[in-house]
Amino acid sequence: MGAPKPDSSPLSSAPDFRAQVERMRPYLLRYAALQLRDAATAEDAVQEALLAALAAEANFAGRSNLRTWLTGILKHKIVDAIRRQSRERAASEPGPGDDPGELEGAFDGLFDRRGHWSEAPDAWRQPEGSLQQKQFFAALETCLRALPERTARVFMMREHLGLETSEICKELGITATHCWVMLHRARMALRLCLEKNWFAKT
Amino acid sequence: MIPSCKETTRLLSLGEDRKLAFGERLALRVHLAICNGCRNVNVQFKFLRLAVRKLSSDGHPEKSA
Repeated sequence: MGAPKPDSSPLSSAPDFRAQVERMRPYLLRYAALQLRDAATAEDAVQEALLAALAAEANFAGRSNLRTWLTGILKHKIVDAIRRQSRERAASEPGPGDDPGELEGAFDGLFDRRGHWSEAPDAWRQPEGSLQQKQFFAALETCLRALPERTARVFMMREHLGLETSEICKELGITATHCWVMLHRARMALRLCLEKNWFAKT
Repeated sequence: MIPSCKETTRLLSLGEDRKLAFGERLALRVHLAICNGCRNVNVQFKFLRLAVRKLSSDGHPEKSA
């Protein structure tokens, strides 16, 4: 079978650690796909994260939650992928292009001509309880997928990866104002979607 | 003087992403004092942030290791 693998190789990981990590692949893929709409890019990011995790097994020792640890690694790979994508896009396209009409539907009918609520939003019932329910997160994922791609990306970079607006602007080559407009629309669309698909039903 | 509800939701969202200027904070406070709908949206935006952060912990409250 040839020469024995050196100890630093990812393949030298204990078989059960490798198996545990491998079992997380479907979850990580779903997670990456939320932020990288392109399936191949999401798979690449997950693959890179899994390889990095296997190579860094020693860093995991003593941590209680493998999923959280792997997700942390994957986040970095996702940011790398977004950086690469925006570089490639900058090279191939004249500009990022504003999407002025994007998500205008999130506002349609919500406000009257003077900007007041047509129908004032009610409080959600038991939002904290929802955070204990798997089905709630499935509804949230559905709502996130329903956002336009660029809006979803900006929102996830801000709220999920926890980046500051200035970093997002830099990575995507957009202005801060455009970024804030997209974040506002994303939040309005998500609150409307969750209200319809979750809170009105519970 | 008092911002509309639409403008208020913009300020609420903005406040999640950068520090608001004094005038913006004041406008927001005056509006929220009289508008139940916008107060609800304020709570919902903050809930949204919490929920999206929890996506990575599989919907279960994160245990501190």
